[in-house]
Amino acid sequence: MVDDNTLLERRNVVKKIVDHRGNAKIITGLGSPTYDVFDAGDSHSNFYLWGGMGGTAMIGLGLAMSIPDTPVIVITGDGEQLMGLGSLASIGVQKPNNLAIVVLDNGHFGETGMQKSHTSYGINLCKIAEASKFEFFFDVVSNNDLENLIEILPPVKGPIFANIRIKSQNPPRKLPILDGVELKNRFRKNLGVEPL
Amino acid sequence: MKVDDIQNNWEEKLFSLLLDHKIDFLPYVPDAGHAKLIALAEKNKLLKPVVLTSEEEGVAFASGSWLGNKKSVLLMQSSGVGNCINMLSILSKCNFPFVTLITMRGEFGEFNSWQIPMGQATKKTLEAMGIIVHRATHPSDVCPLVDAALYGAFSSDQQIAILLSQRLIGKKKW
Repeated sequence: MVDDNTLLERRNVVKKIVDHRGNAKIITGLGSPTYDVFDAGDSHSNFYLWGGMGGTAMIGLGLAMSIPDTPVIVITGDGEQLMGLGSLASIGVQKPNNLAIVVLDNGHFGETGMQKSHTSYGINLCKIAEASKFEFFFDVVSNNDLENLIEILPPVKGPIFANIRIKSQNPPRKLPILDGVELKNRFRKNLGVEPL
Repeated sequence: MKVDDIQNNWEEKLFSLLLDHKIDFLPYVPDAGHAKLIALAEKNKLLKPVVLTSEEEGVAFASGSWLGNKKSVLLMQSSGVGNCINMLSILSKCNFPFVTLITMRGEFGEFNSWQIPMGQATKKTLEAMGIIVHRATHPSDVCPLVDAALYGAFSSDQQIAILLSQRLIGKKKW
């Protein structure tokens, strides 16, 4: 059992990843990961989800297969990824080398009252990713582990899966815009595509 | 063209139509009614089939591919529509273009009555989530409806489902 006090802090973890994004596109899962990435620095290369729980990794797959020369990083929570477990198998079939799935695992459903999630009961997302034929899989519990992960970000030899154990804390919410059409249009414009 | 040709060849014509519209991906949960289309796509390098574990993955995949300026068409059977409901909210919130081809169960000549509840609720469910629904009953309906749907979706951000009726695909033999 890992002592909660020694665990990494989500905002620090996400800031480090975002600072090392290079030219990567980032897709965020609803709830805290959306706030964390926005807090680390807004960009038109970010697409924030406010809904569609369980779908973040598949949006990442669709994007990664559409822009195979550009890295894509999905940043989501343990609860969100648990709802889309099958997507890890679907990613394992396609094996896009430009995709990384990063799960911020606080072992809880943080947005709804901190109920324990399956990972608190020992369900291991990293092993599921390994069994789903991800090229790299990281169980990140320390700064050292995090440095090892960051060395291979942005992803070029993936797919990469990282489960990062973080403290269960709710830092102040930092909210990006809610307007999905604007989020879509600015993201596509950044790829050089004008809105329809 | 003779009526017989349309009766026999609608799947090939549908496949050519998808290529004409430069569709890039065919995310799917299989159904016998889609088997020929999936087999044609597997032999062709221009249109990539993407197997899913559940249909809502396809809604998310199609949205992600459009973020990367590529086009997806989701293939599923009517029972899969129920699996998609909440994920369909992404489409209306972001106005993502979306086309899905849905083979129907639970209607004409259905033997397995467990298919009836979702089959009968398919159209209502899609409409409740803001999807435009068209229905192909005869082989000659398929290509014109899909052609119009692809045009509407990818030129003006519409969300359209084409139901391929059980009468069209033939009732499943038991």
